[in-house]
Amino acid sequence: MSTPDLNLARRHSRDVGRITQSFGGVPLSRREALRKSVYGSAGLLLTEPFSVRAAQDPLAPQKVAMNSGPAKSVIQIWLWGGPCHIDTFDPKPEAGREYTGALDGTLETNVSGMRIGQLLPGLAKEADKYSLIRSMTHGNNGHETAAYLVQTGRTSERDVFPGSGAVVSYFKGYDAGYEGLIPPYIVLTEPQGRFSEAGFLGPRYKPFATGGNPASPVFAVEGIVTPDISEEQQKERRTLMQQLNTLGGALPGHSALKTVVDSEEQAYELILGDAGKLFDLSQEKDEMRDRYGRTTFGQSCLMARRLVEKGVPYITINYKGWDTHKQHFQIMNRKLPELDQGLAALIGDLSGRGLLDSTVVWCTGEFGRTPKVATESPWNGGRHHFGKAFSCLLAGGGFQGGQVVGATNSTGEEVAERPVYPADVIGSIYGQLGIPADASLPHPQGTPTHVVPDEAEGVPMGGLLKELV
Amino acid sequence: MKVLATLILGLVLLVSPGSAAPSLYEAGPMTVSDGEAADASERIDQLVLSKLTEVGLKPAPVCSDEVFLRRVYLVTIGTLPREDEVRDFLATEDEVKRTLVVEHLLDRPEFADYWSMKWGDLLRIKAEFPIKLWPNAVQAYHHWVHDGIRTNKPYHEFAREILIGSGSNFRQGEVNFYRAMQDRTPRGIASTVALTLMGERTKNWPERKLEAMAGFFSHVAYKSTSEWKEEIVYFDPTADQEKLYERAIFPDGSPVELEPSQRDPRAVFADWLIRPENPYFSKAISNRIWSWLMGRGIVEEPDDMGPHNPPSNPELLAFLETEFNDSRCDVKHLFRIILNSQTFQLSSIPIQNSEEAAAHFAHYPLRRMEAEVLIDALNEITGTKEDYSSPIPEPFTFVPDDIRGIALADGSITSSFLELFGRPPRDTGFESERARNVTAAQRLHLLNSSHIRKKIKVCPLVTWGAGVCLEEQPEMIEKIYLHLLSRYPTEDERLVTAEYFERTGASSRDLAADLVWALMNQPEFYFIH
Repeated sequence: MSTPDLNLARRHSRDVGRITQSFGGVPLSRREALRKSVYGSAGLLLTEPFSVRAAQDPLAPQKVAMNSGPAKSVIQIWLWGGPCHIDTFDPKPEAGREYTGALDGTLETNVSGMRIGQLLPGLAKEADKYSLIRSMTHGNNGHETAAYLVQTGRTSERDVFPGSGAVVSYFKGYDAGYEGLIPPYIVLTEPQGRFSEAGFLGPRYKPFATGGNPASPVFAVEGIVTPDISEEQQKERRTLMQQLNTLGGALPGHSALKTVVDSEEQAYELILGDAGKLFDLSQEKDEMRDRYGRTTFGQSCLMARRLVEKGVPYITINYKGWDTHKQHFQIMNRKLPELDQGLAALIGDLSGRGLLDSTVVWCTGEFGRTPKVATESPWNGGRHHFGKAFSCLLAGGGFQGGQVVGATNSTGEEVAERPVYPADVIGSIYGQLGIPADASLPHPQGTPTHVVPDEAEGVPMGGLLKELV
Repeated sequence: MKVLATLILGLVLLVSPGSAAPSLYEAGPMTVSDGEAADASERIDQLVLSKLTEVGLKPAPVCSDEVFLRRVYLVTIGTLPREDEVRDFLATEDEVKRTLVVEHLLDRPEFADYWSMKWGDLLRIKAEFPIKLWPNAVQAYHHWVHDGIRTNKPYHEFAREILIGSGSNFRQGEVNFYRAMQDRTPRGIASTVALTLMGERTKNWPERKLEAMAGFFSHVAYKSTSEWKEEIVYFDPTADQEKLYERAIFPDGSPVELEPSQRDPRAVFADWLIRPENPYFSKAISNRIWSWLMGRGIVEEPDDMGPHNPPSNPELLAFLETEFNDSRCDVKHLFRIILNSQTFQLSSIPIQNSEEAAAHFAHYPLRRMEAEVLIDALNEITGTKEDYSSPIPEPFTFVPDDIRGIALADGSITSSFLELFGRPPRDTGFESERARNVTAAQRLHLLNSSHIRKKIKVCPLVTWGAGVCLEEQPEMIEKIYLHLLSRYPTEDERLVTAEYFERTGASSRDLAADLVWALMNQPEFYFIH
């Protein structure tokens, strides 16, 4: 072998050495992205289409080489606070008033034998399009920990795992060829904080929370829609800003400023361009808006459908107000019709547009609520946290509709058959998206970690939802 | 309207200070004496310049006073100079005024806040997941660090106290070093010590080297007390079941006989580490300090040292190491000689915009302000405050609303702004955890978020600007420039602003608000340059 070849080989092997070295031995993109980030790409949200793209990153090929599954997008409806399972998707009319309270009726759905709570007539007409998991369980009764469990599928105390939205953003977002200006992971409208977010994947995979209220006359999406500044003013101010960029003028072609210019163009494309118009719900017909209900939740569902149409891979609707220790039944009488209208409209509309087959919709909270009504003072008819058994609605994206998975006992207090843990649901959704169970996550200590926990991890699982695929 | 603009321009010229500088950003060429009597800063310049010459590169010119003042404030204390400080500095004719500013800054209280923040990143000062120090321990740890920086504790003492600490996490702040790591096994501790104090990543080491170092940390033990979340870190002579200590060797290969029954092996390690001839210790911190001030290490990244990653200028690194040792590990001495060098004071406008020029410090790099520094600057300018909170609801941690971002002790206490602008999670202690890039989401935030709009609305420059008459407008523009960009506006900038006023028919208030907004969104504002 000639000397130049040897040198080449040596240089090559050193490069390989560099690539595989450290940051906990993780040759994956967070560290790499951070390393580049002096002026580069470790971006949050929308930087990637124009800057260093991980798709071109030799360290990230495994993420790009994903299978494609039937699902392209996910809409997660998060009933924040913990909705009562027996008042919604797992009614127990035979358990008696001690359990049912005033809500002692049920509704027959369009799937024979599949009954749901009496306040969900809209959903009763769409039951062939979704399935119900009635045997969800994890056993934790604390909001934060349970939210973490349900959104990450993990139990780890030591590491902060990413929620499913961040994982999908990691595998289906800018690193995997997504090029939309709208960030790949959107939260309507308020974020929950880190228990549902990026975890060790880092800030690049955090969601973009819209803020604002889609049910108000103008949906003031944070940073994008500013009702008090006219388009004309925006343009004038932009001109002023550009004219005053004296340092930029002194640094023509500087790479740091190139990133700034690109980022700014993307930002203005959202503020002034067509991309931002996506959030203008007045472009929808009145009848369509009415169909979803003119509530924050209903219009969030409509907004989610618009985002799905644009190919956004993951949308979370954080729907507050389900933590009903007191006045449970009054609140259910108010909220369940709202949920029913929005969710039924969403499923029906997606289906009508041919989008349901490529869109997973899942709806659950961090836990259920105590099936036995707390009648004593000070609760006077409330329900408490219940992590032992709860329900999850799952539709679209290749999952079968009209099925019921698992069951609770006669009072809804125990899982009677086919326990389903959070990791089962999340892992099954990943599967529909074409993210295989053994796809690797970049664990900060270099511990081999897969999107679906291995047996060795000790995370309880009941098995992926093969019965729905 | 034309008349008005002309009138404004006319006034502009009257209030403009005489500018002797050849340009807004640059003062003149780098001048390096080759004399023997060079002081340490000149020696740095000689070493940088000779390297540049060797590789066929030219240094950028030395920066202007305006650029210097802003840069040295942001780099040394993470704080913008006030309007009066800018005016005074630019007006002073004193030849050594740059040196005087450096001295002033090294004594400012913000110095300790800012550098405690930096050390907080490296030492992982954080109450919650996954470091889980607990809020009381965070306060003790941060206090210990802050105190050491405030009193300029010699760095070898700082390191030694960290290494040999024993006691309660609530009372002996430094013992939290041994708690602030995800892996508390002897190997995990050794790995953290190597990263923190030796600037090396043990993933680059042969396994036996890590194991040999682990032997020094195989007697660290932890126990709880009856106090809620109190934990005692202590030396337990019986702890080493694996008998790792029998195989202990110093990382440089020199042998050692440990007798845990006689002496805590951590102390043996500390004695070895902090000696001036130690091949890791002073080199690592000198390189770190250089990278903090210069935006890039002589070995880059500064916590990835080792034979696989040679320094770009070994003579320069060796010189800094010697200076550091000779000053008995005086951190401020190293700051002083670097900040006073022309190398630190080079313009950010490169002659050659190449990776090589950057690696050899031919110009000063552009870096976006850190998240905390940026929010502090925005708050200071707009007279507003920030809500910081921990995402963990209990126990509630009270944070006074006038606390500055750089003074936050706990990495778990945060805001969405800090997250957006790349504050590190403090999970690993790597310098690269802190993101300093610019993203579209950040641009969107500064350009158009309600957070920033609300700040500008109540900004004193704007409320005051609302009441100024036409004749006072040039003064208003000047004031806004001094506050935001730490310099006077150029004639072009005054002209552009006057034209904007004329074109849009903005009220005086709107003009002030729009100008504050436009300057806040300049790279010249959010980059350290």
